Amino acid sequence: MVAAKKLMKGTAARMGVMKRVQLVFKAKANKALDKMEDPRETLDYSYQRQLELLTKVRRGVADVATSRKRVELQMNQLQQQANKLEDQARKALGMGREDLARAALERKASAQSQLNDLQVQYAQLQAEEEKLTVASQRLQAKVDAFRTRKETIKATYTAAEAQTRINEAFTGISEEMGDVGMAIQRAEDKTAQMQARAGAIDELMASGALDDAVGGSSRDDIQNELDMMSASSDVERELSRLKGEITAGAPKQLEGGANGNSQAAPQAQQGQGTPYAPPPPAPGQGTQPTQQAQPTQQAQPAGIPASDLPAEPQDREGS
Amino acid sequence: MIVRILGEGQFDIDDTATSELNRLDTELEAAVDRNDEAAFTAALHGLLDQVRALGSPLPVDTLEESDLILPPQDASMDEVRRMLTDEGLIPG
Repeated sequence: MVAAKKLMKGTAARMGVMKRVQLVFKAKANKALDKMEDPRETLDYSYQRQLELLTKVRRGVADVATSRKRVELQMNQLQQQANKLEDQARKALGMGREDLARAALERKASAQSQLNDLQVQYAQLQAEEEKLTVASQRLQAKVDAFRTRKETIKATYTAAEAQTRINEAFTGISEEMGDVGMAIQRAEDKTAQMQARAGAIDELMASGALDDAVGGSSRDDIQNELDMMSASSDVERELSRLKGEITAGAPKQLEGGANGNSQAAPQAQQGQGTPYAPPPPAPGQGTQPTQQAQPTQQAQPAGIPASDLPAEPQDREGS
Repeated sequence: MIVRILGEGQFDIDDTATSELNRLDTELEAAVDRNDEAAFTAALHGLLDQVRALGSPLPVDTLEESDLILPPQDASMDEVRRMLTDEGLIPG
């Protein structure tokens, strides 16, 4: 091992990458071998380590699969978001609100770019999962071979004779173990990176920056505005319907007297200006001036008796 | 001669291929020294392609030590540099 190290340092420039990597692996195996006093002990100890590594690589496969599924879930969410935003843009355009449509499409572009990023990550995780799966199968085959050889060496050879064969088997398997160990490490690093990114995307979605439309969250301001516009256009429609009815009903009221006409006009104006104004107080409430009821009362002409107000809808139904 | 590609497996390759492998390996090493990522990737992929083309895969249940070991296909230059200098990079 010492010789290998000297070789690495002294002639590194001429040795090439392939040999240097091989020597690093060999040095690692030699170091482990040096620690063993009884060669036969080496076999059992190494076998235990192999089984541990097998467990580890299988767990690695499961971990990567979990990460991949998380990315998949996020991709689905982002796709839904992109679809919904496009839908909103279409609705907004239909209502003549190009500004809203533009805002929705900008968010869609942002969701789409996150989605593209996730697709790359997904492919990478899939590749890692595949590599680890193959690595675990390869290691399993080598561990089986090692176990067979271990028994043969124990049964047939004296301690002295066994040494060389043990060293061969040990070096061979430990190279594989180093390879698999590195594959696990790389997969773990990649998974950690992706988890950090996935966490960031979760936060981004939760913040509403990407439009939190999925699941009907109340933070979706574009949807809110569309809903409000649609609600206020409903109100406008109702209003014009009411106005039409009032105009149609006006001659009726004129017959009843001039007083009825002057009552209807301020009512309509009030309704137009504030579509969400609370309804006029009921007759019973009108006599008790509460804080809520006061502004409405003030807006009404002082001369109108409160008992006249509820009579209006009845007129409408009759006409 | 047995060559291992990390993450991929071992290949038995005829000794006559050595000179071509060495040429590419020299390029690879020079790229690492120059800190030239593009040249590094080109040389690494060239090496891996040669080994795959000229070598025959060893059966999985063999326990043979490799004569040469190559970094994995998607290794970055930085990773290879650490592989060469830091023994701690190889767990176990």
